[in-house]
Amino acid sequence: MDTSQRRIILDSLGLGIGVGTYGLTFGAIATASGLSVLQTCALSLFAFTGASQFAFVGVVASGGAPLTAALTATLLGARNMFYSISLAALLRVRGWRRLAAAHLVIDESTAMALGQKNPRDAKTAFMWTGVTIFVMWNLMTLLGALAGNAIGDPKLLGLDAAVAAAFLGLVWPRLTDRLAQIIAVCSVLIAVALVPISTPGVPIIIAGCGAVALGLLWKRLIEHNAGADD
Amino acid sequence: MTELTWGVALVIVGTYLWKLAGLSVPQTVLEHRVTLAIAALIPVAFLSALVAVQTFADGTTLVLDARLVGVGVAAILLWLRVPFLPMLIAAAASTALVRLFF
Repeated sequence: MDTSQRRIILDSLGLGIGVGTYGLTFGAIATASGLSVLQTCALSLFAFTGASQFAFVGVVASGGAPLTAALTATLLGARNMFYSISLAALLRVRGWRRLAAAHLVIDESTAMALGQKNPRDAKTAFMWTGVTIFVMWNLMTLLGALAGNAIGDPKLLGLDAAVAAAFLGLVWPRLTDRLAQIIAVCSVLIAVALVPISTPGVPIIIAGCGAVALGLLWKRLIEHNAGADD
Repeated sequence: MTELTWGVALVIVGTYLWKLAGLSVPQTVLEHRVTLAIAALIPVAFLSALVAVQTFADGTTLVLDARLVGVGVAAILLWLRVPFLPMLIAAAASTALVRLFF
């Protein structure tokens, strides 16, 4: 094994262990919000996409219907498809390997793979980051789930605020350009306005879809103006 | 199966299909301009709505409570580039402390 491969593996292990520990928070919040240990672990084992898992639990905890929660979580998972598109050419996997690789497509494994110089390094970074996070995330989910059962009420220990902080931490690095900031503000305003007049969970879906539509409109306007200037 | 279990099953199937689709469907179909634009907007739009609801909603009423302190602390720590896990712990702890003393 050459040094560049060894360095990639070490980086992947470090990132994976760090990120995997958040599984502790997910597990604790999930069972404290009313999911069973089995349901909590099933989400981490088979859905394996942190933001969507937090979204599902967050909506359920705030009194939303499980199906509304599932719809929110699934829509949020759509970004993984676009990660897969970028990865497809690098990984070139077929058959059962493709089925397995698909499961490991998450924010961190994608970022690590796309940051490499050639397809071979990309593959190594993707596999090692994905597998390390998968193992850590699931172990920590189980530990957290058992702890959450003991805690009982998510308001104790401020776990409900930790969920909000988790979403904030996930959206923060994406607020780099003006369009993203406008979308974020619109989405917050729509969601807050809808809370008193709709069922829990519904404001997230309407605000999310509404803000995406506004963003598309905004983009089109800018492109139209740029075209008019020429 | 309870409704909650159905929800969990739906999340599992839905999120996996997105991941698999990107590796399987011909690139030309997915790399359409509008599809890519929508994909880029979805995380910001949905995560922002989740932050808002998780901070201000209590069922169907809007409230200002101890959670806002935790989210405020989280924002400051994110601004200072503090890593994710310590940031989460600080948010939870500050909210719990406010509840304890007020």
